[in-house]
Amino acid sequence: MVSVSMTVNGKAVSAKIDPRTLLVQFLRENLLLTGTHVGCDTSQCGACVVHVDGLAVKSCTTLAVACDGSTVTTIEGLAHDGALHPMQEAFREHHGLQCGFCTPGMIMTAVDLVNRKGHTLDEHTIREELEGNICRCTGYHNIVKSVAAGAQAMAGHK
Amino acid sequence: MSATGIGAPVRRKEDFRFITGKGQYTDDINRPGQTYAAFLRSPHAHATIKKIDLSAARASEGVLAILTGDDLAADKVGGLICGWMIHSKDGSPMKAGAHPALAQGKVRYVGDHIAVVVAETLAQARDAVEKIHVDYEVLAPVVALDQATKSGAPVIHDVAPNNQVYDWHLGDKAAADGAFAKAHHVTKIDLVNNRLIPNAMEPRAAIGDYDSGNDAFTLYTTSQNPHVARLVLSAFIGIAPEHKLRVIAPDVGGGFGSKIFIYAEETVCVWAAKKVGRPVKWTGDRTEAFLADAHGRDHVTHAEMALDEKGKILGLRVKTKANLGAYLSTFSSCVPTYLYAPLLSGQYNIPAIYVEVEGIYTNTAPVDAYRGAGRPEATFVIERIVEIAARELGQDPAEFRRKNFVTSFPHQTPVIMAYDTGDYGASLDKALELADYKNFQKRKKESAKNGLLRGIGFSAYIEACGIAPSAAVGSLGAGVGLWESAEVRVNPVGTVEVLTGSHSHGQGHETTFAQLVSDRLGISIDQVAIVHGDTDKVQFGMGTYGSRSGAVGMSAISKALDKVVAKAKKVAAYALEASEGDIEFKDGRFSVAGTDKSLAFGEVALQAYIAHKFSGQELEPGLKEGAFYDPTNFTFPSGVHICELEIDPDTGVTTIERWTAVDDFGNIINPMIVEGQVHGGIAQGVGQALYEGAHYDANGQLVTASYMDYCMPRADDLPSFVIDTTLTPCPSNPLGIKGCGEAGAIAAPPAVINAITDALGHEDIAMPASPQAVWRAAQKSVHKLAAE
Repeated sequence: MVSVSMTVNGKAVSAKIDPRTLLVQFLRENLLLTGTHVGCDTSQCGACVVHVDGLAVKSCTTLAVACDGSTVTTIEGLAHDGALHPMQEAFREHHGLQCGFCTPGMIMTAVDLVNRKGHTLDEHTIREELEGNICRCTGYHNIVKSVAAGAQAMAGHK
Repeated sequence: MSATGIGAPVRRKEDFRFITGKGQYTDDINRPGQTYAAFLRSPHAHATIKKIDLSAARASEGVLAILTGDDLAADKVGGLICGWMIHSKDGSPMKAGAHPALAQGKVRYVGDHIAVVVAETLAQARDAVEKIHVDYEVLAPVVALDQATKSGAPVIHDVAPNNQVYDWHLGDKAAADGAFAKAHHVTKIDLVNNRLIPNAMEPRAAIGDYDSGNDAFTLYTTSQNPHVARLVLSAFIGIAPEHKLRVIAPDVGGGFGSKIFIYAEETVCVWAAKKVGRPVKWTGDRTEAFLADAHGRDHVTHAEMALDEKGKILGLRVKTKANLGAYLSTFSSCVPTYLYAPLLSGQYNIPAIYVEVEGIYTNTAPVDAYRGAGRPEATFVIERIVEIAARELGQDPAEFRRKNFVTSFPHQTPVIMAYDTGDYGASLDKALELADYKNFQKRKKESAKNGLLRGIGFSAYIEACGIAPSAAVGSLGAGVGLWESAEVRVNPVGTVEVLTGSHSHGQGHETTFAQLVSDRLGISIDQVAIVHGDTDKVQFGMGTYGSRSGAVGMSAISKALDKVVAKAKKVAAYALEASEGDIEFKDGRFSVAGTDKSLAFGEVALQAYIAHKFSGQELEPGLKEGAFYDPTNFTFPSGVHICELEIDPDTGVTTIERWTAVDDFGNIINPMIVEGQVHGGIAQGVGQALYEGAHYDANGQLVTASYMDYCMPRADDLPSFVIDTTLTPCPSNPLGIKGCGEAGAIAAPPAVINAITDALGHEDIAMPASPQAVWRAAQKSVHKLAAE
C-alpha cells in the first residue's frame, strides 16, 4: 500500500491504496465519485475523461499514484454554487445525450477543447477533437451542436 | 399544444442527473459486504473439458468461492433459455442445445463461461481466475457458415447433428415460382449481412444480493426488461419464485437489444450471492462485452426478383443462412425468421414471395436481436435488389421504387403483414427535394473533375414495430405475450406517479411519458414522475425493444389515464354537487357544464382521498388506475433515406457528403427526442455499412475484440444529418404512434451501399466497405473508366 494525496473537486483527499489502483478506480471506489465511467479497457472510449492539473486525461489509464499532488476535476466538480457549467447546460439544451453514459467524458473533453482552442469552433474541428470519445446513442449530431453552443456560452462564463 | 404536452420539444427531465455525474448505473451501486466476481472464459472455440483443477485458485488470497457447472447441476439450477419456438418446414421443433450458465463438460465459443471466482476484491478474483487449470481436449471448430452444415462438420450440440437449428420457410413457393416462370427479367444478388457487436457504452453488470432473513433475492442488472429477466430466472432457471426475487434495472447505459437477454453472468451472480452469503458484483469489461454479449446480424443470402417488361415486380425468392452462434440466446430464433421474412415485401406491392431460412450453430458468440433485429437484414435484401433491378432495367431508382410502391391501405402482403397506413410517395417526394436530387448529376461531374467518385443511394424502408398482438405472436411461437402495463397513481395533492413496464435506457421516457400525462391531465411535467425498472414497484411489464415503448407502453398509460379521468369525473360530480354527465374536463379543470363552478385536477384528487363528499359505499376513495394494453396490430413506420457520398479512388476513403432522412413515425410526442433517435440509428447503420464487422479467424478466435480492432463510428466519421418527417397517424393505437427507435439502423446500410455502388459503377462491394475494400473495388472502376 502506498499513500496518495491530491485535490479533487476543490477538496484535499488522502488515502493508502494498492499501487496498481487506477485514477478512475480511486475516484469511483475510494471517493465514490461515480460520475466518471469506464466504457472500455483500451483507452479508446473516453467515458473516463477527467481533468488533471487543467488537462483532459483518460483516468482509466492513469495510475492514481501518478496524480499525487495534482488537482483533479471530475464531472461532479464542474457545476459551481448550484449553477450548471455552460457546457453541461448546452448538452441539456441541445439534446447532446441519450443514455448518459459517455456524457461525463464528453463534457470534460469538450471543456478541455474550449480551453485549448477557444470559443468559436467549427464543426470539423469539433468532430476531429472528439475522436477519442465514443458515443453509441446520438450519432454525434447533437453532441457537435452542444459543444459548439457550450463553447460560445463559455466565453461569457467565469 | 401546451409547453410540455404532446408535440413539444421538451428538454429532458432525466438529463440533470446525467450531466452532473449523478446517474446511477449498476456499477455505481455498492452493497454492504459486497464481493466481486470474475469469470474464467474459454480460450478455445470448441473443446471438451476433461478436468478442472481449482486447488491453486482456491488457495489464492481473498478467494471466497469458486463455482463451476458441477455446482450449478448439484443445485439443480436450470439452463438459459430461448423463448421463441420455431418449427422447420417438416413441422419438427427447432433443435435447442442445452445452455448451462457455466459449462458442463464442453465449451462452444471463445468467451464461454467455465467458472466464477468470488473474492474480496476484483483484483483478487481476477488473480485467482488465472490460477485455475483446465485440461481441455480441443475439438475442431465450426466457424464458417457455409461449412457448418456440410457432412463431416464437427458437431456442436448432439441434438443438432448437422448444426442446423431449423430449416424454416414462409410464403407460397408455387406462387413465387409461377411469377418467375412468366418474368420478363430476373435480378439476382448474393449478399452478406455482416456480423456486428452491439457495444452499448455501459458494459453489462450485475449485483446479486441475498436476504437470508426472508429467503429473498435482489438482482441489480443492466436490463432492458427486468420483469422478463425475473420471469426467466424464476420460472425457467429456478433461482427463486417471483415473489422472492426482485430485479432492479437502474440507469442503463444503452442497450440496442443486447440487454434484453438473460445471460450467464447475472444468473451466476444472483445464485452465488446465496452460496457466498454476501452480495456478489460483476462488471463486464469491454473485452468481455465483445466476446460474450449477443452479437447481431450475420446472414448470407441469395435473392431473386422477377419483373415484368415495364419493371413491375412480380415475385421475390430469398434463401438465407443465419448464424445463430454456439447457443440459442433468449430471442435469437425469431430474429432471422418472424422479424425478418415478413418485412421482405418492403414498401412494394409484390404479389408472390417465398423465403427459406436456415438457422445454424457455429462456434461463435450467440447472435440475437440488435437494433432493428431482422428488419435491417430484410431491408438490406429488398433495397439492394430493387436498386440493382432498376439499374439493370435502366430506370431511375427513385421512380422504379415509386412505380412499385404500395399505394392503397390496408395492404396484405404475401408474408403475414397487413400494412395499415402510409404514404410512401410523400416521403420520397420530400426526400428527393431535400436531397436536391435533380442537381445530383452536376455535383457528380464536379467531383469527377477533382478525381473523386460521387454516388447517391436510396433506401425506402418499412419496419414492423410495436411488437405486438399477444395472440398473434403466440401463434408464431413466442413464449410470452407482448402487451404492456401501466399504473397511474394520483397523490392527494394532485402530483402523479406513472409506473410503467417499459424501460428507458436512453430513450427519454421520463420526459415523453410525462408529456402524455401533462397533456391529458393539464398538469406540468414537473408534477409527474415516471417509475420504471424495479419489479417491486412496477407489477409486471415486457420492457423496451422493437420500438414498442411509445406505441405499446404509452398506449397502456393512455388507457390508465382514461380510467383516472373517468373516476375523477365521478369525484368531481359529488364535490361540485352536479350530475356526472354534466362534468366536463378540460385543461386540467373539472367544470359543471353551463356554470362557473369548477375544480382543478389537484383539488379533485384531494376530494378523492379525503372522501368527505361521497360515501365509500357509492364510490371507492382514492385515485389510482391501472391498465394492460395489448396492441391490435404491429405498427409500420416507413421512410426514405438518401445517402450521397464521395469516394477517393486513390485512398479508398468514403466521405458521406449529405444524408437526408424523411420518416413517417405517425404522431410524435417529442420531436427533439425523435430526431435524436433517428441520428443514433443512422450512425449505427452507417457503422455497419462502412466500419463495423466482427471477425473470427479459422480457429474461432474473435480478432475484433477491442476498440483497437473493431471500428466504432466516431464523430469525425459522420456528417450532420438532414431530418424531416411526413405523417400518417397509426390507426391501431390510441395515440397514433408508430415508433422511431430503430428506423435509422434499418434504413442506413442499403442507402450507403447503393451510393457506393452507384459511385463505383459496379456492385462488387461488401459491408463493411472499409477504405481497403473500397480502394480495391475502386481500382476496378478506374480501369472501367479508362477502358471507356
